[in-house]
Amino acid sequence: MQYFVQQMVNGLTLGSIYGLIAIGYTMVYGIIGMINFAHGDIFMLGAFIALIVFLILSSIFVSVHVVLFLLVMMVVAMVMTSLYNWTIEKVAYRPLRGSFRLAPLITAIGMSIALSNFVQVTQGPRNKPIPPMVSTVYNVNGISISLKQIIIVVVTVALLALFWYLVNKTSLGRAQRACEQDRKMAALLGIDVDRTISITFVMGAALAAVAGTLFLMYYGVVAFSDGFVPGVKAFTAAVLGGIGSLPGAMLGGLMIGFIESMWSAYFSIDYKDVAAFSILAIVLIFLPSGILGRPEVEKV
Amino acid sequence: MTAARALLDIKGVETYYGNIRALSGVDVAVNEGEIVALIGANGAGKSTLMMTIFGTPRARRGTITFAGTDITDLPTHEIARLRIAQSPEGRRIFPRMTVMENLQMGASLDNLKYYDEDVEKVFTLFPRLKERIAQRGGTLSGGEQQMLSIGRALMARPKLLLLDEPSLGLAPLIVKQIFDAIRELNRTQGLTVFLVEQNAFGALKLATRGYVMVNGVVTMSGTGKDLLANPEVRAAYLEGGRH
Repeated sequence: MQYFVQQMVNGLTLGSIYGLIAIGYTMVYGIIGMINFAHGDIFMLGAFIALIVFLILSSIFVSVHVVLFLLVMMVVAMVMTSLYNWTIEKVAYRPLRGSFRLAPLITAIGMSIALSNFVQVTQGPRNKPIPPMVSTVYNVNGISISLKQIIIVVVTVALLALFWYLVNKTSLGRAQRACEQDRKMAALLGIDVDRTISITFVMGAALAAVAGTLFLMYYGVVAFSDGFVPGVKAFTAAVLGGIGSLPGAMLGGLMIGFIESMWSAYFSIDYKDVAAFSILAIVLIFLPSGILGRPEVEKV
Repeated sequence: MTAARALLDIKGVETYYGNIRALSGVDVAVNEGEIVALIGANGAGKSTLMMTIFGTPRARRGTITFAGTDITDLPTHEIARLRIAQSPEGRRIFPRMTVMENLQMGASLDNLKYYDEDVEKVFTLFPRLKERIAQRGGTLSGGEQQMLSIGRALMARPKLLLLDEPSLGLAPLIVKQIFDAIRELNRTQGLTVFLVEQNAFGALKLATRGYVMVNGVVTMSGTGKDLLANPEVRAAYLEGGRH
């Protein structure tokens, strides 16, 4: 039982990171119907920017509170990553809007390769480690919960609350949902659709950057290729939860996290990805639009 | 008709869908304070003209001027910000937003500044919407969606209101109610209205002036009364088609 709960905690941590990335996939899909395959690399970029900020900060200040450290890393990563994603949307995706559906998809794959190669060339191909930032571990009834895990879950919950408020209660969120449901009508009501799409990319990137920072803090290492696997997993999470649905993305992320940690604990760790993707396949057979997704027919 | 002072002035507009010409050299003027009706059969290009005013699709030739500003090539949202509102063909209610959110979308030009005040006016016009306030747009009946679409357009405090078939799919009693509401808005607030209708009788009775469109060309124009009395118009759009 203890072991099980321990794996729950690990799964929750992992799932939080996947969920944060998955929201970016699902939002962009919701608003322009495109899978942004470069989103995983945006996440990796966020982790690298956080790494660079960490190195700069730790060479200037000897002892600063770790929370402050993390906060600065996160904010800088969010801003820079958003800037990247904003530019990518403007330069690579916007000119293709209204073109055939496959065009932006292929461009996104190209963008993904370009980003990871850019980081490989500028930062080097090797793993980049950082010294452990947070090493406190609490022991609750034989279950060890590290402070890192608590930080990840707390940051995720706080961001989700903020995000939920933004999407459901502000005029910006209302405009985003309007564009998602009927772009032409939104424009007829004076909504600048291009700007709303840009903001969506910025929001997705900001969440991915937070996920990247948390990833770096959790594993203490990042490499240029780290965008791919978490990216694919988060994409899977978005599809599993129902692509286009925000709660679905988070739910899917948590599920993938749980499946992975449980499978590694009770079966073979080598097969954890096989398990995650198999469950995706099985769920999609019975629920083709994902767990919380809505069927396509509702399009009016 | 003083074309130079017209609030909305459409001159020689040609619109295409791909290579197919939908409008060929359309001239229409709507003066301030008028109700102008555009009648015509299915597929004549009436709705295309409504959307061309908003630049989607864009006019390939000709000019569209609103209150002295050339809006032919302006982005759609900037045209809307000049206070032209439309209740478009197919109503285009946001299906997964509540009635309230749909109305709020209408008021987004002023960032909901006059929302409370204006929403009461809409509710006076369409009390039904008040009962449905928390319901999702996609679950409303056709008539309710029509009311919501018009209400949403009014929330923008328009100088010019474009209505695409406000009577479509509605019970005669509700059609009368909506036409009365339009007349009332025009009379009390001087709202300028440009409406497209297949219900030619009701529209021409309501309108100050009217245009008849056939295959993307304006073939006739005149006061509502004249058109109503015109034998050609009667033969083509009124006799037997009167509700």
